[in-house]
Amino acid sequence: MKPKALAYPYSIWVLLFTIIPILLVVFFSFTDKNWNFTFDNIIRVGKYSGVFLKSIGLGGIATAICFLLGYPMAYVMSEMKVKNQQLVSNLIMLPMWISFLLRTYAWMTLLEDNGLINKFLNIIGLPSVHMINTQGAVILGMVYDFLPFMILPIYTVLSQLDKSVIEAAKDLGANNSNLFFRVIFPLSIPGIISGVTMVFVPAVSTFIISKMLGGGENMLIGDLIESQFLGTSYNPHLGSAMSLILMILILICMGIMNQIDNRPSEEKGVVV
Amino acid sequence: MKVISKIYTVLIFVFLYAPIAVLIAFSFNSTKSRAVFSGFTFKWYESLFQNSEIFKAILVTLQVAIVASILSTILGVIAAVIISKSSKKVGALFSNVTNFPMLNPEIVMGVSLMMLFVFLSGIFSFLSMGVVTLILAHTTFCTPYVMLNVLPKLRQSDNSMYEAAIDLGCTPVKAFLKVVFPDVKPAVITGAIMAFTISIDDFVISYFTSGTVQNLSITIYSMTRKLVTPEINALSTILFVAVLLLLVVINIRQTQEEKRRGAVKKC
Repeated sequence: MKPKALAYPYSIWVLLFTIIPILLVVFFSFTDKNWNFTFDNIIRVGKYSGVFLKSIGLGGIATAICFLLGYPMAYVMSEMKVKNQQLVSNLIMLPMWISFLLRTYAWMTLLEDNGLINKFLNIIGLPSVHMINTQGAVILGMVYDFLPFMILPIYTVLSQLDKSVIEAAKDLGANNSNLFFRVIFPLSIPGIISGVTMVFVPAVSTFIISKMLGGGENMLIGDLIESQFLGTSYNPHLGSAMSLILMILILICMGIMNQIDNRPSEEKGVVV
Repeated sequence: MKVISKIYTVLIFVFLYAPIAVLIAFSFNSTKSRAVFSGFTFKWYESLFQNSEIFKAILVTLQVAIVASILSTILGVIAAVIISKSSKKVGALFSNVTNFPMLNPEIVMGVSLMMLFVFLSGIFSFLSMGVVTLILAHTTFCTPYVMLNVLPKLRQSDNSMYEAAIDLGCTPVKAFLKVVFPDVKPAVITGAIMAFTISIDDFVISYFTSGTVQNLSITIYSMTRKLVTPEINALSTILFVAVLLLLVVINIRQTQEEKRRGAVKKC
């Protein structure tokens, strides 16, 4: 089939809804209110570098925790009976049928000073712990919301591993730790990269989790951008500059991740 | 080792389901408090069906999800066809551009589409923020999921069958629909379902592209700024239980099928 007949209308679609919106972000970043060219917005973003660092820091910690929790879970799943694997992976996806806003909201009930966790601690004779409106609560919210996105791609890769490779390693005398660190783990890197990207990108750019669980003191980049467009400090030019820098930072991170990916470039991409 | 695996699985599930248990419990709470459980009631389930604000929001959500998943399925299949049939360079270009809305942070996607719609609504009045812009935005970020599902199957399908159909006098469109499409149909359906669920679940991009129209996630968000009515908890509980039951039914049917197969083998 000649793809050209399809390529033209499709090109117009992506041009209109993917490329032009990004160009608008770039255009707004480099103009002021009177549409004159300026670097001011980009320079002003520098003032908020603390917020950027904090977002990347918290997102990075959340991603690392998701990996440490998610990898063993994915591994355990891949060792189960095939029927149970299907069941468990469905159960991991099931919470996603409830709006993440409500699930995050429910964490407020759990974490508050007189919330359920503290009540439980008091009952067993332990003192209350202040949890809500802290950085820890924000990290917890990120880990909670995005953990399935770490588990599932790693599980997909692990469950599709060629069993004969593992048998060969065993026949050649690999002990359990050698088998894992020199055979299974390197082969699961594509899944890890997929998982890390799918957790890190939404975690760094979130604005709900920080608002609900972080109180007013834990502003992240997402909150900043939101307040420039729909919030109190309306300034789409500054907001665009922030979006542009966030986008570039994330593209750089993904570029670095792709370098670690040792597959041929054709097979690269997100494992669904 | 097996015991540790089991304990670990249980702990992860406790973590994943703890807030959901809270949410379900509070759908039966007799007061609107989200901190204190003061008594058992079904009244939120009754009043849910009389709440016109929630009902309207559900309608918008379904409207957007149905139209956007149909459009993104068509676009996703077109994108997959283009990528699989083009030269490597052109294919890579199209695949990068198609995937971009998925890889880009949602909030950047949201504000950039918002700026586009503000700009376009100055020229075309029907593009003022509302259901139409929501559908266009959702179609944009759902398309890559369909494409990623369909592309691998399209690459596996046998090209000579398609060529044979052409040689035997089919038009390219007919050859695609009659010969290639049946091969990739399961992947197209999976992609469409994925697009539908992602559209229903979306909040961030809807938040920036909806104007004054409220879909379910935006309604929920505006409630979390004030007070969430337990009716929303009731709605989520119903949805959760429905999906859970569906999973259980599927699981039971699979088990029965396996048993039947096992019985046949024994004979």
